[in-house]
Amino acid sequence: MSLFSEVPQAAPVAVFKLTQDFNNDQFPNKVNLGVGAYRTDEGQPWVLPVVKKVEKIIVHDDRLNHEYLPILGLPEFRSSASKIVLGDNSPAIQENRVGAVQCLGGTGALKIGAEFLRRFYNGSNNTKTPIYVSAPTWENHNAVFSSAGFEDVRPYRYWDAEKRGLDLAGFLGDLESCPEHSVFVLHACAHNPTGTDPTQEQWKQIAEVMMRRKLFAFFDSAYQGFASGSLEKDAWAVRYFVSSGFEMFCAQSFSKNFGLYNERVGNLTVVARDADNLKRVLSQMEKIVRITWSNPPSQGARIVTITLTSPELFSEWQENVKTMANRVLLMRSQLKAKLQALGTPGTWDHITNQIGMFSFTGLNPKQVEYLVKEKHIYLMASSRINMCGLTTKNIDYVAESIHEAVTKVQ
Amino acid sequence: MSLFSDVPQAPPVAVFKLTADFREDTHPQKVNLGVGAYRTDDCQPWVLPVVKKVERLIVEDESLNHEYLPILGLPEFRSAASKVALGDDSPAIKENRVGGVQALGGTGALRIGAEFLRRWYNGVNNAATPVYVSAPTWENHNGVFADAGFKDIRPYHYWDAAQRGLDLTGFLDDLEKAPEYSIFVLHACAHNPTGTDPTQEEWKQIAEVMKRRKLYVFFDSAYQGFASGSLEKDAWAIRFFVSEGFELFIAQSFSKNFGLYNERVGNLTVVSKDNENLTRVLSQMEKIVRTTWSNPPSQGARIVSKTLNSPELFEEWKGNVKTMADRVLLMRDQLKAKLQALGTPGTWDHITQQIGMFSFTGLTPKQVEYMIKEKHVYLMASGRINMCGLTSKNIDYVAQSIHEAVTKVQ
Repeated sequence: MSLFSEVPQAAPVAVFKLTQDFNNDQFPNKVNLGVGAYRTDEGQPWVLPVVKKVEKIIVHDDRLNHEYLPILGLPEFRSSASKIVLGDNSPAIQENRVGAVQCLGGTGALKIGAEFLRRFYNGSNNTKTPIYVSAPTWENHNAVFSSAGFEDVRPYRYWDAEKRGLDLAGFLGDLESCPEHSVFVLHACAHNPTGTDPTQEQWKQIAEVMMRRKLFAFFDSAYQGFASGSLEKDAWAVRYFVSSGFEMFCAQSFSKNFGLYNERVGNLTVVARDADNLKRVLSQMEKIVRITWSNPPSQGARIVTITLTSPELFSEWQENVKTMANRVLLMRSQLKAKLQALGTPGTWDHITNQIGMFSFTGLNPKQVEYLVKEKHIYLMASSRINMCGLTTKNIDYVAESIHEAVTKVQ
Repeated sequence: MSLFSDVPQAPPVAVFKLTADFREDTHPQKVNLGVGAYRTDDCQPWVLPVVKKVERLIVEDESLNHEYLPILGLPEFRSAASKVALGDDSPAIKENRVGGVQALGGTGALRIGAEFLRRWYNGVNNAATPVYVSAPTWENHNGVFADAGFKDIRPYHYWDAAQRGLDLTGFLDDLEKAPEYSIFVLHACAHNPTGTDPTQEEWKQIAEVMKRRKLYVFFDSAYQGFASGSLEKDAWAIRFFVSEGFELFIAQSFSKNFGLYNERVGNLTVVSKDNENLTRVLSQMEKIVRTTWSNPPSQGARIVSKTLNSPELFEEWKGNVKTMADRVLLMRDQLKAKLQALGTPGTWDHITQQIGMFSFTGLTPKQVEYMIKEKHVYLMASGRINMCGLTSKNIDYVAQSIHEAVTKVQ
């Protein structure tokens, strides 16, 4: 008899199960449009040239050792990461009211932020504060906040399936009707999974309601630079909220824009009213980090820091990021063009209107099933595709397959 | 007004505060006997030669990329790590009932194990299950289990201050009186902070009671190889418990024995009754990891995995470990000899009887304060010293200072 006889088998994480099925598939023309990682036009992972260069610099630097980092992380990483999202000339940074916690990717940053808010926001240990996540959202948002102790995680309207665009009226409606002090998880850019972002005008409307109704802004920024190719453009919403005077969090991930997925490089940027409040907040976050992972891993943070703090390497990085963003934009153009050329029923403008790694194709579950089972094209049940999975070699096959799915399957 | 006006300032973690004070101290003969990291005889951090070698191999290896690791970590790391703890010929491994979860150092491994136990052990979500930690223990044990949700964390008798040794009677008594199914956090070797381990005979007695009273075994193994210089010797207790048929967890850290403190290399080894139970347990641990850090960092795990899985590098690593262990043993011998030569009141045998990085000197709080304030020798308020902080250059000063503290201060 085992102590663990009653432990149920947990369901696998959907996106990894998809990749596993893809790996097991023998079909020669199979395509993986599931997991969110960049691929070259040869369908290969890409280690950014600037990363390779900096890794060599690190290994040859005999001044570096492996002593524990501070609990909050490598100081130069934290400051340069926050600077990247808030801007070089950020008044908030100049006012010494911006701080950060180096975390384990975007997930770790969300986790630390969530744990802090549950303990100290809107009262003490107020697990009833509603947390709003977009409908739909990244599949892990809900679980990160509930495992931090929040009991009330709710959707806010976001994706309008009929229009294939943003349901702004629904979004604003939820902002107006939710309890004051609710926490809203906002995607800074390149919304996952829809690829649909509010325009600047729409962000202004959102911010106005949030400020008036005292709602907490918790940004998830996993694609800065990767979405449009421009770091500034992709950070517009975050910077606008800061300039509007919000105290807020921004969970940053460097997994995608540095291609450093497996080194777990993230940063929780904290914008507070002033340095004194910031200090107390960070001291409590330190306690949370200590009992979770003690102190963060060094390698990825060193790579990012050296890159961001050297003008030459920084430029090289921006070029590498642009390379990725441009390939995605090219695939978007081509996919739309091919579907239009095939005369595939429906409108396909959303493919080029959407931004970032993902596109919400709008295919229904049966059509998705058809693609996976009959055509060996793997995408999420939600109809989300990773544009990075498209290449000049497979795009015709994918376009034709979508055409078949739409025309044959209702 | 800030949303965070009522957030209190958290006190700093004691051991890091000690090092911060040490850094600011300008006294030319200052000595840091606080934080637990290895130092060379020149009082410098030491990057193990085998680590430097393997880092170069990794950076030159064009076949490696930065794609996400599986949620449970690098497979070759997990199996090699568990093998190091349980032994090459471990029957449990051959029986396919051993698994591993790559975690963020020892802290991360403890955390995942604690979260799992709180959800699934001794009922479902039984936050009332008592968790016993040694008196004294590593200062973070309590916090990790408390934050995982356990409400009842208690001390078990361990250190006998009068005898300066193990309080076996008190320990066994607590085992007999603990509620059935209580969880006990056991230090596999080189007990932190006392440096005092049970003998093999004493471990056998402990195991007998634990089995009879259905107590859960959760080993913390942060010093394998580092303590005695022998991997096998330092794993004796773990292997004995496994051979006795316990289902148990082992939180392994490679921070000290690989000197990879800041790359956060840890492994939670799970020993289950059979493969079927193991599979379900790991599937639930995967869910916990996903909402904490998603998937673990690669660099440190790659270094350890390459080293453990290559016969030549493995031998070289063992040599490096012995270098560290031997220097600590030398410092122990010399400190005791010098105190005896000075005629310092009290017995000092415990310095050479204790094992691992730390020694519980037995100095009183006032004597500790004297050491810090008057002599600029920094040690923990508990009287714990890090033997690695001693060098051939400072050992006379330290011995002299201890002598003064003991003779001048009560």
